[in-house]
Amino acid sequence: MGELWSPIRLTLELASITTVLLMIVGTPIAWWLAWSSWRGKEIVATIIALPLVLPPTVLGFYLLIALGPNGLGGWFGDLAGVRTFAFTFEGLVFGSVIYSLPFAVQPIRNSFEAMGKRPLEVAATLRASPWDRFVSVAVPLALPGLLTGAVLGFAHTVGEFGVILMIGGNIPGETKVLSIAIYDFVETLRWREAHILSAGMLVFSFAVILSVSLLARRARNRVPA
Amino acid sequence: MSDQISIRLAGQLGQFDLNVDFAAPMHGITALFGPSGCGKTTILRSVAGLNRIPGEIRVGGETWQNERLFLPTHKRPIGYVFQEPSLFPHLSVRQNLTYGARRTKAEHAIRFDDVVELLGLAHLIDRWPTHLSGGERQRVSIGRALLSQPRLLLMDEPLSALDRMAKDEILPYFEALHSSLKIPMLLVTHDISEVERLADHLVLLKSGRVQASGRLSDVLTAPDSPLAARSDFAAVLPGLVDRIDPDGIAVVKVGETEIYLLADSLSPGDSVRVRIAAGDVSIARQRAQDSSILNAVPVHILSIEPMGLSETGLLLGLPDGAGQFRARISRRSNAKLNLQEGDEVIAQIKSVSLLANR
Repeated sequence: MGELWSPIRLTLELASITTVLLMIVGTPIAWWLAWSSWRGKEIVATIIALPLVLPPTVLGFYLLIALGPNGLGGWFGDLAGVRTFAFTFEGLVFGSVIYSLPFAVQPIRNSFEAMGKRPLEVAATLRASPWDRFVSVAVPLALPGLLTGAVLGFAHTVGEFGVILMIGGNIPGETKVLSIAIYDFVETLRWREAHILSAGMLVFSFAVILSVSLLARRARNRVPA
Repeated sequence: MSDQISIRLAGQLGQFDLNVDFAAPMHGITALFGPSGCGKTTILRSVAGLNRIPGEIRVGGETWQNERLFLPTHKRPIGYVFQEPSLFPHLSVRQNLTYGARRTKAEHAIRFDDVVELLGLAHLIDRWPTHLSGGERQRVSIGRALLSQPRLLLMDEPLSALDRMAKDEILPYFEALHSSLKIPMLLVTHDISEVERLADHLVLLKSGRVQASGRLSDVLTAPDSPLAARSDFAAVLPGLVDRIDPDGIAVVKVGETEIYLLADSLSPGDSVRVRIAAGDVSIARQRAQDSSILNAVPVHILSIEPMGLSETGLLLGLPDGAGQFRARISRRSNAKLNLQEGDEVIAQIKSVSLLANR
């Protein structure tokens, strides 16, 4: 059973940590993209959206170079006392955040833009400081978007394959996540294990898509005041 | 001057060029009036700190903006009522009302219960904004602004998004606000009837410039008033109810002049505001003996100027400078009567309406 549980546990760990980081990194980016009047912001938005269309192997290739001893990974690795971040769990987290960022940023940005500036202006005239406005007005009003972003980011990380294969390899307990494990089981003709994991993913994906569409419907039903 | 609001702004906002310099008193309602695109909302938003246009804004002795200083919106003691009610949809009516109050350090001189009473909100308090009518929402947003204990109320066309019925429902609350609270108010409007009914002071704006500013009656009747040419022009005169005659006519004194009004809700001693539309005033050399017109008051002609091709505008003064109003008559009548500036004539007023009972 360890062979089945280890990739599941690792995947959930990776997706959870990635989702938390996505929220921390993605929300300010989405905020900036929603409100900035800087003309170049769509270029930034495009760079963030690149993983949507790039083949995962291309993204994985560049990430591998970046994480490796001659890239950023080597530089940060010196500080942490390791040679490289490629083929490590930390490297996977980094890659997953980049890879899943557009899936989190887009719905959050949309919900900020749908909310509009007015509620924030109203809050400002009622003595709310910028941080207070964000917490007491923007977050509750954009909550469906924030939840959708989190769910999509989580789900997308769970389903990741190509990028992981490029930067993580196949180290049990360290980088061997679900999708890689399924591939492995099929390669070695262990159909029973592949069936169990694949069916689990099928149910999981169904639940994710259903919950996202229910969230979106709740957001639409919110009548603007 | 510590008892006034002084606003000097000069700069661009997008394509719009604003250049204004005026003062308003720290009491009563000052209306910023003009056509859409004249800059009135931009001025109001600048006072709130929501727009940033170079200049200086001082309110009651405090500087909110000058060359070196720009107080952010949340540090300005204002109450802002937007055109659309803009209630927070995720908060109940009660939570909306207390949103600003909870964030205000100032002494809570305006009490929750009083505002609920004044604006008639008691039965709405536990509802959600989505379940309120337009007029109810706007009343809640006015209450929310009041409870943040503002030193200055800023109202951006608070009635224009409402239909006729909601407007009629909310106007009495405005008048109550005016008489029971001593908070000065800047009111942006493009509706002259709101100005006549509510304003004490008036700032006339056009294309980002101030055309005239001062006390309402002065601006309305100034000889060169840009409003005089409007076909719906009306003067507003402050008066005092002297007595109610047995036949139900209220006698209002404007200076020494008696004006007769059909209004059943008045009692002697009430301060009122009466409206005389220029189109409702005709001129006679002598007092008509056999006329149904109730109000025929002696006036002198202050000025005569042509209006368009076929009409003449007259500025009329009551005895002892108690007030002025306008008449619009045909050129033919003007020629027939041979009216001259300084003439003593009788102004026959077909209808006088009561605007506000203060």
